[in-house]
Amino acid sequence: MSFDNAYESLLGHEDAHWAFGTGFSEALSGVNREFPADVDKDALAAYCLMLGDDALIFSQRLAEWCSRAPELEEDIALANIALDLLGQARMLLTRAGEVLGKSEDELAYLRDEREFRNVHLAEIDCGPGPGGDFGTTIARLLVFSSWRLALFSRLAPSPFWAGSADPVLAAIAEKGLKELAYHRDHAAQWTVRLGDGTDESHRRVQAGLERVWPFVDELFATHAVETRLPGVAVDPASVKSEVDGVLDAVLSAAGLTRPADTRAARVAGMAGRDGVHTEAMGYLLAEMQHLHRSLPGAVW
Amino acid sequence: MTTALEIASAVRDPELPVLTLADLGVLRDVSEADGRVVVTITPTYSGCPAIDEMGADLRRSLTSAGYSEVEVRLSLSPAWTTDWISDEGRSKLAAAGIAPPSRVGPSVAGPVPLNLVPPSRQVACPQCGSPNTSEISRFGSTACKALRRCNACAEPFEHVKEI
Repeated sequence: MSFDNAYESLLGHEDAHWAFGTGFSEALSGVNREFPADVDKDALAAYCLMLGDDALIFSQRLAEWCSRAPELEEDIALANIALDLLGQARMLLTRAGEVLGKSEDELAYLRDEREFRNVHLAEIDCGPGPGGDFGTTIARLLVFSSWRLALFSRLAPSPFWAGSADPVLAAIAEKGLKELAYHRDHAAQWTVRLGDGTDESHRRVQAGLERVWPFVDELFATHAVETRLPGVAVDPASVKSEVDGVLDAVLSAAGLTRPADTRAARVAGMAGRDGVHTEAMGYLLAEMQHLHRSLPGAVW
Repeated sequence: MTTALEIASAVRDPELPVLTLADLGVLRDVSEADGRVVVTITPTYSGCPAIDEMGADLRRSLTSAGYSEVEVRLSLSPAWTTDWISDEGRSKLAAAGIAPPSRVGPSVAGPVPLNLVPPSRQVACPQCGSPNTSEISRFGSTACKALRRCNACAEPFEHVKEI
């Protein structure tokens, strides 16, 4: 028997060995998923939806760059980051679904726009389509991953912070922590490369920061769901100074200017966490949910 | 008779087939009672698509060895890091032309420090052994790998990135 490469010689012709199987088993299969007695389960489900939807929707946005990034390596990078976030989303939606009585697929594909709880920063259209730009995507990735990393570092158990009182949420955060640190460093290194690069790259990443900055305010606004979960959720207001410090360090190294604090318009005080979304969200969901809604129960 | 632990330990990783699941450090526990086997594995990355294949391969290997009841459980904590890859696994990676990760050690408590420049790690070329290598891409063909190039022999190679 002759083989074209080392992998084939190891595996013979057993296709079943390849990791491109059909269908996926449940994201938290076999994990001990009891709920702590004193936890408000409805609020916990709402909180897992918030964090899960942030990851799911931003993952969809990042995946749009596949084959459209300025260089091949960045196609792979953004797709890998999207994959990490999709994995986090699957576990978080599964956790929420245990309370809501729904599967991760039902939550991802069969909810309408008003039922999604992601922040606006995750959903806005930063390209690669018209009006978008790689510099804006890097600016968004920097802000998003710095913020999410700060939240997850407090949800995960550590000698420094207690971690979430929900052991499943704490374990998901512990798992995602190193991934998010790698994403943030990737975005930070690109921000420096673009900001400290040519006049054109500097101009475009600065414009990207200006584009995403109005959506930063929502990231640190304490929501009623977080207030209902003391010891389980992290109050995002408590991570603001840490994230500000990280962003200032990156912008300073990149020679970029921190945009003035502004706040994107809300509807009667509501934003993404309340299910009120920007115009871009409907288009995103139409593409993301189309196949599952057209062919219910379809598996890959 | 071969034990369930020995069989599970010999199952190969679907994406790094030079390693067994035990070498990779994702096999956390194998317990056996009355012909029923419970295997606990942990994912490398949250979105790693190979985790389902690992479970299927474990079930297939154990079933064909005569264990009729096999359950595969997932464990998230303690989270996998590249420090879980065994010394034997590191040697196997290097022999297959994939640079193994260096040891990272426990992470510092508190806010995660920012790396504005890639950490300068000495990653030796798995082909010629030269320490003079540079990173081409921080991400590679699978979630766990980066791509590097040797400046001495000019060969590109994969590197299991430290996490």
